Amino acid sequence: MLGVIRQKVIGAKDVMRLRPVVSSMRHYSSGTKEMTVRDALNSALDEEMAADPNVFVMGEEVGEYQGAYKITKGLLDKYGPERVVDTPITEAGFAGIGVGSAYHGLKPVIEFMTFNFSMQAIDHIINSAAKSNYMSAGQINVPIVFRGPNGPAAGVGAQHSQCYGAWYGSVPGLKVLVPYSSEDARGLLKAAIRDPDPVVFLENELLYGESFPISDEALDSSFCLPIGKAKIEREGKDITITAFSKMVGYALKAAEILEKDGISAEIINLRSIRPLDRATINASVRKTNRLVTVEEGFPQHGIGAEICASVVEDSFGYLDAPVERIAGADVPTPYAANLERMAFPQIEDIVRAAKRVCYRSVPLAATA
Amino acid sequence: MGFGKDFWWSPFLDFDSFVSGWVWGDHGSKTGPDRRPSEGKTIDRDRTEYGRSGLGPVRSGPIRQDFGKFFRFFGKQLGVIAFHSTKSILSNIKVRHNLYIFTLIFLLLKVNMSIWLIRSRRNCGNLLKTLICNSATGNGRYEYSISCNPSASLFMARRYKSMEAEKELFSSKDDGKTSFEENHVHRLEYPGGKIAFTSEMNFLPGSSEERVKCYRLLDQDGYPILSNMPEHVGKELALKIYVNMVTLQTMDTLFYEAQRQGRFSFYMSSFGEEAINIASAASLSPDDHILAQYREQGVLLWRGFTLQEFANHFMGNKIGHGKGRNMPIHYGSKKLKYFTISAPLATQLPQAVGVAYSLKNDKKDACVVTYFGEGSTSEGDFHASMNFSAVLDAPIVFICRNNGWAISTPVTDQFRGDGIVVKGQAYGIQSIRVDGNDVLAVYNAVRSAREIAIKEQRPILIEAMTYRVGHHSTSDDSTKYRTKDEINHWRTVHSPITRFRKWIERNGWWTQNEDSELHIDVHKQVKNAIDEAEREEKPALKDMFTDVYEELPSNLIEQERSLREMIHRHPKEFPTNVPL
Repeated sequence: MLGVIRQKVIGAKDVMRLRPVVSSMRHYSSGTKEMTVRDALNSALDEEMAADPNVFVMGEEVGEYQGAYKITKGLLDKYGPERVVDTPITEAGFAGIGVGSAYHGLKPVIEFMTFNFSMQAIDHIINSAAKSNYMSAGQINVPIVFRGPNGPAAGVGAQHSQCYGAWYGSVPGLKVLVPYSSEDARGLLKAAIRDPDPVVFLENELLYGESFPISDEALDSSFCLPIGKAKIEREGKDITITAFSKMVGYALKAAEILEKDGISAEIINLRSIRPLDRATINASVRKTNRLVTVEEGFPQHGIGAEICASVVEDSFGYLDAPVERIAGADVPTPYAANLERMAFPQIEDIVRAAKRVCYRSVPLAATA
Repeated sequence: MGFGKDFWWSPFLDFDSFVSGWVWGDHGSKTGPDRRPSEGKTIDRDRTEYGRSGLGPVRSGPIRQDFGKFFRFFGKQLGVIAFHSTKSILSNIKVRHNLYIFTLIFLLLKVNMSIWLIRSRRNCGNLLKTLICNSATGNGRYEYSISCNPSASLFMARRYKSMEAEKELFSSKDDGKTSFEENHVHRLEYPGGKIAFTSEMNFLPGSSEERVKCYRLLDQDGYPILSNMPEHVGKELALKIYVNMVTLQTMDTLFYEAQRQGRFSFYMSSFGEEAINIASAASLSPDDHILAQYREQGVLLWRGFTLQEFANHFMGNKIGHGKGRNMPIHYGSKKLKYFTISAPLATQLPQAVGVAYSLKNDKKDACVVTYFGEGSTSEGDFHASMNFSAVLDAPIVFICRNNGWAISTPVTDQFRGDGIVVKGQAYGIQSIRVDGNDVLAVYNAVRSAREIAIKEQRPILIEAMTYRVGHHSTSDDSTKYRTKDEINHWRTVHSPITRFRKWIERNGWWTQNEDSELHIDVHKQVKNAIDEAEREEKPALKDMFTDVYEELPSNLIEQERSLREMIHRHPKEFPTNVPL
């Protein structure tokens, strides 16, 4: 009698367990795999650590806790505490130690819980990691990767929401990467780890859980994206919209809305802030003649400012309208949900800016 | 042991329970005979978020009090036993009845003992005690509470590892302690280890009355202090050390003067710290890695950086190792394992720990040695690196040059407490204070520190006491914040070079003649090096763009090309001494 009951119970469980298996089989048969950005980063780290014994991960909560955002899940069990190092709470400490170990030939991947905390270690990133190769006349190179979530999340307030793309992007000696999709995340992280120069890898917390389709080629362990090349996510002929990280998703949605109004937008996913792919941006602007830049960071001295300057310098004659920059509001990020929403670019802002640039609506200056 | 197995009443009770409970149990406080554990008070510790607080008898008490307590409490019961026994004997009741009474009394006693155990929050190492404790104290995991949380699970005590340790503590009788009193010192297994308790409120002093002593082998006049000196520095090594110290001093003097003459931009001398520089360098192996601050050119000199290379670096010419990129004092040499100097103070410290961590994995017979001044110990990086090196078990020797001044800030304004050496203990690092102007002491200390660091794979801290005789740098005039007398005193009376010279002269290894010859010779060498370095060409234009990244990026290729184009179009605007 007990056996029968047990069987029944197990039977129910089996059915429940069967369901996900069935659905993934369905995926195989249709050919498109999906992968979250989190898994993409995890698999990239895993493969690079397996391939090169010098690669190791260091940061707060990366080991036993499986990572503050679970990016380093499973790595401690697989590679041991020597290669997945849980640190005391000192960004200055472990960034410095990472730089020191990179001086000696290891390849650290330093995780900051968010890049806001990297400011406590910024001296090591800039004065040591970025400048050492130059100052030592090529004798000391620093093959280090600093990674972590960057920019706003949801309701985390001023000290947890700043975007550091512009800060790090202005420093010669660093490379700054900003992935959007899972493919970006995998390819760019692998490239960053293999790169002999210091790389600042800016992720986005809200993108971690998002799933993107991923090709078989991207799942291969030797997959690597070139650093310094932007990707044209969507081709268009009326207007160029540049974006990076989460804003690429917003820009794509804005493009769909604009399509209905007859404006064909070309979306460029920057992928790399330093080196900036000026060639792709300029070529696109020369094709469409209009430009809108989108970013979440503060407007002054931001990424948009640099892109605008580059386009004005190289493709001034091709512009049919002034460049518009969309950036976060020039305030420390407020916490209240309604204020936070207004402090960052939304899809409607991109759509409106695109229309202004196309002279479909009154320019901002006229409304002032 | 007083209340051991032989105590007459012990067989009436659960043997284990009572003996261990009694011996290691709570017997009242030291502060008064009648003091019971605080009744009715719940300590917050019982919030077992760690799940690991041990049960714990928490106080010790002298035997006297135990006896008193015992008899006070059980006097009544003993009285009852005595009464009934006497009564039965007197009234001649049958043995069977006696047995009944005796059993009754025995049970009564047992219950009483249990209640007493509960009320004194005794720890229980076995099931009976677990039952008692758990039922009374809720989940049996904390020591002070008698707030009854009757929602105990019987076997909760078994769940946590620290409680097993606690049980071991109670059941094990070979603590190594012999005295009864010591056996009553109660410890609690906090996360991080056992800590004993005291009822004496005692603030640890900010600094001990007596400062940590300074290790020294030669006295002020170069006489050996011990009759049997450690025989590590023989004639050859001693002379090499001395020659290097003189070279360092001469180099410092002449380079400093050259800067004042405007021949290059900046210099920092190491006057007064020659012993620290050379003697410490002499005790290291070429496989050791050095991360220095900026006043350790002597270490680089010892390792093999020539005077000419120094001069080339300061002049920023094209054959200098730095390709003219670095301002003076930011030298480095990959070959000599001396990392390029980094200006922000104390950045080299956590980086040194990182190098040590990397070296640890290589398992070489080498360690990392990092130098820093006492001023940079105020930086956050110092704290992080000390803490981290201890946690990571990094093979690293921290050498602090406590030279009394950080530009114009004297040590009294820099920190409180007894200098740097006491800070090591706070991080769990072995530390020593050394007379930094005594070559033999520095040599010995660094040598031993290095051995410990490598063999035991742990960090060591050395505080070398000395005095900064020179100005902070060529941008400083130290007479503005300290007296000339003070400077002169340290320059002459405590000169490490003079002291060591006296020792080697007395050993018959050195003469006055040789000394004057050496000074003249080295002076000439340095002067020649400077002149030659000045004559050399400056670095070529392409060296401005290389090494920003491993590979020249396209934007820099572009910039170089446009610059060359510009030069081609306007040759007169371009300086003549920059080769293309």
